[in-house]
Amino acid sequence: MPIRAQQPDVSVVTLTIDGQDLSARADETIIEVCRENKIPIPSLCWMDGLSVVGACRLCVVEVDGGPRLQAACATRVREGMSVQTNTDKLQRYRRTLVELLFAERNHVCAVCVSNGHCELQWLAQTCGVDHVRMPYRNTGYNVDSSHEMFRIDHNRCVLCTRCVRVCDEIEGAHTWDVMGRGSGCQVVTDLAKPWGESDSCTSCGKCVQVCPTGALVKQGTSVGEMVKDQQFLSILARRRSSR
Amino acid sequence: MNLDDLEDLAAKYRADAGDHDTEVRVCLAASCQSSGAQPVFDALSAGCDDGAAAAPCKVKGVGCMGLCSAGPLVAVAAPEAALEAGVIYRDVSAADAPDILASTAPGAAPVERLRCPSDMPFFARQHKIVLQNAGIVDPNSFRGYVMAGGYAAMVQALTEMTAQDVINEVTASGLRGRGGGGYPTGLKWSTVAKMPAGQKYVICNADEGDPGAFMDRAILESDPHRVLEGMAIAAYAIGANKGYIYVRAEYPLAVERLKTAIRKAKRSGFLGNHICETQFNFDVEIRLGAGAFVCGEETALMASIEGGRGQPRPRPPYPAEYGLWGSPTLINNVETYANIAPIVSQGGDWFAGIGTDKSKGTKVFALAGTIVNTGLIEVDMGTRLRDIIFAIGGGIPDGRAFKAVQTGGPSGGCVPEAHLDMPVDYDSLKTLGTMMGSGGMIVMDETANMVDVARFFMEFCMDESCGKCVPCRAGTQQMHGLLERIAKAEASRADLELLEELCDVVQATSLCGLGQTAPNPVLSTLRYFRHEYEEKLG
Repeated sequence: MPIRAQQPDVSVVTLTIDGQDLSARADETIIEVCRENKIPIPSLCWMDGLSVVGACRLCVVEVDGGPRLQAACATRVREGMSVQTNTDKLQRYRRTLVELLFAERNHVCAVCVSNGHCELQWLAQTCGVDHVRMPYRNTGYNVDSSHEMFRIDHNRCVLCTRCVRVCDEIEGAHTWDVMGRGSGCQVVTDLAKPWGESDSCTSCGKCVQVCPTGALVKQGTSVGEMVKDQQFLSILARRRSSR
Repeated sequence: MNLDDLEDLAAKYRADAGDHDTEVRVCLAASCQSSGAQPVFDALSAGCDDGAAAAPCKVKGVGCMGLCSAGPLVAVAAPEAALEAGVIYRDVSAADAPDILASTAPGAAPVERLRCPSDMPFFARQHKIVLQNAGIVDPNSFRGYVMAGGYAAMVQALTEMTAQDVINEVTASGLRGRGGGGYPTGLKWSTVAKMPAGQKYVICNADEGDPGAFMDRAILESDPHRVLEGMAIAAYAIGANKGYIYVRAEYPLAVERLKTAIRKAKRSGFLGNHICETQFNFDVEIRLGAGAFVCGEETALMASIEGGRGQPRPRPPYPAEYGLWGSPTLINNVETYANIAPIVSQGGDWFAGIGTDKSKGTKVFALAGTIVNTGLIEVDMGTRLRDIIFAIGGGIPDGRAFKAVQTGGPSGGCVPEAHLDMPVDYDSLKTLGTMMGSGGMIVMDETANMVDVARFFMEFCMDESCGKCVPCRAGTQQMHGLLERIAKAEASRADLELLEELCDVVQATSLCGLGQTAPNPVLSTLRYFRHEYEEKLG
């Protein structure tokens, strides 16, 4: 079989992000260009190597001064585009969104296995959330420890669906999915069976590594011990796409 | 088949229908059925068969006549005559059947005790285009629709017009999407038509979910063929061969009548392959919604048709470019499609002559709440709210005072007395902080508590949030909690400030229209009735 020469048929565009002139491939999204150029945009559901869902809304940016905010992960770059990533308004919105996440479930860092290695915690720090103005819902969620290697604590889940996507798109097992709606949403294994009884789970652990919080963890980790390794995903994704 | 052949077919159907001077129409739409129209229909049919009627007459089940609060409704009129031209009876029971049948005799007087004046403003001030056949044709009868001039627009489009001609007429008509957004229909059609040829789809959005809205249900129950005809014309214009009607399962009667209509249209060669002996193929399938409001959002609706979880996705890409199964897809609301046949038959310029500068044509509204004439109306765009509520709607019952009217469902807002002279169109409603929406109007009297109204709609949005994006999922929950506290007089001024800030965040950052518009009921009641909130603060 002849080796196909890589024929890039994408054009290159130039755009301005926070006043900085940048170049990008036309098929890139704003967040990819920002990451490339070390422009910090908070994000939670977006992850290099997974499909885009645009659900956490933390990466919203102002485009061309228009009133409508765009999610940087779901917006492709355009020639001459002008993007603002860090205005006062955006900072205020992001702070409120992080507060909403904290108030929604029971994120208590002091007793969390991911304390110190948690993306939600890091987001709170970078967005300047020093307190939460809304009342905590204090709803109790289940913890499923039935899997011999891993554990899910729904109290710490932010419903970013990274686990759902990595399981479906990278591992190909589609063990995870979402059930319910609104605040009643929950990630489930198979058809809401205990994880340990899942027929489709390959115990690969990818979901655990991509989980931004202490919701998906290895069994046997104690407070602050769960350090996640997410390097594998971008490597895998890159290898596959260049094939 | 050309228009002459269709006319011949209609003449043949008329000859087959037999000779009768009058017909007794019984409304068999869902609202009249719920007040007992079926026994009335059965009694009238039995009486007619027994020869109790004085003259040759026919009892016919029809769709919605509009005045739902007075149901069951029965009308006695000449075949195919307009509703206002006949005698309308209200609150009919099966026991009234002999009297009504006796009144059909030549020269006999109408039954005065049941009579509902057909010149009352409710009937006289309407302008029916979409509801032209509602309450007149039998929704289960393909022949009835053809006899009323149905499918002429489709045959005309297929045999005498190019796809571009059809799009030009729709563009010239100035028709805007009736689902709420008000996007220009002609523009939408032309973008889908401009996509490269290949598999394309047409979708009819019949997932009407706004509390208090029942326009689409009534259209589907009264005149399903009109919607199919509109979809077929749209498919011809954009080059699609497959259509889906996404209708909510809570509308079993509408689903039943649509199924019947599709079956009969297919059997008669008006749907399916080689429609009316042309090269045009178009097949329609029904998909049932499983009770999620968010599935009325176009990307969630398509995900649901594909068998996935009914959740929206970021746009662009818009459905016109990347829709159902990745193919270019045209998606319009029921009422939009129901406007298409008259636009094609009578021309876009005719339609553009009705309504206001930027909002053309008529709009169907569902009047609900504390109003005398609850029901379905169709008026010109630009009719004043005051005329709709007080002249057509008959005002507020029991001598109470008007307080506000809620339009646009959970995405809309409340309009107070001071703005009732505003003409109803897409843009003027927007300036009032509400929106046209699909056409639900909930009238509230002086006893209504506006904090409760806002709380009700917020609870609706919270329950119906799909849970995908953070601001809508967690934000509506928090806003509902705050409204609950305000309603119970447990809130502080800081809570009200937080509520206003959350409104801003949810509006600005939510993924889809449901979240972006969820704060509207709060914002509009705060705008016009802020004192009611402040009175409750501690």
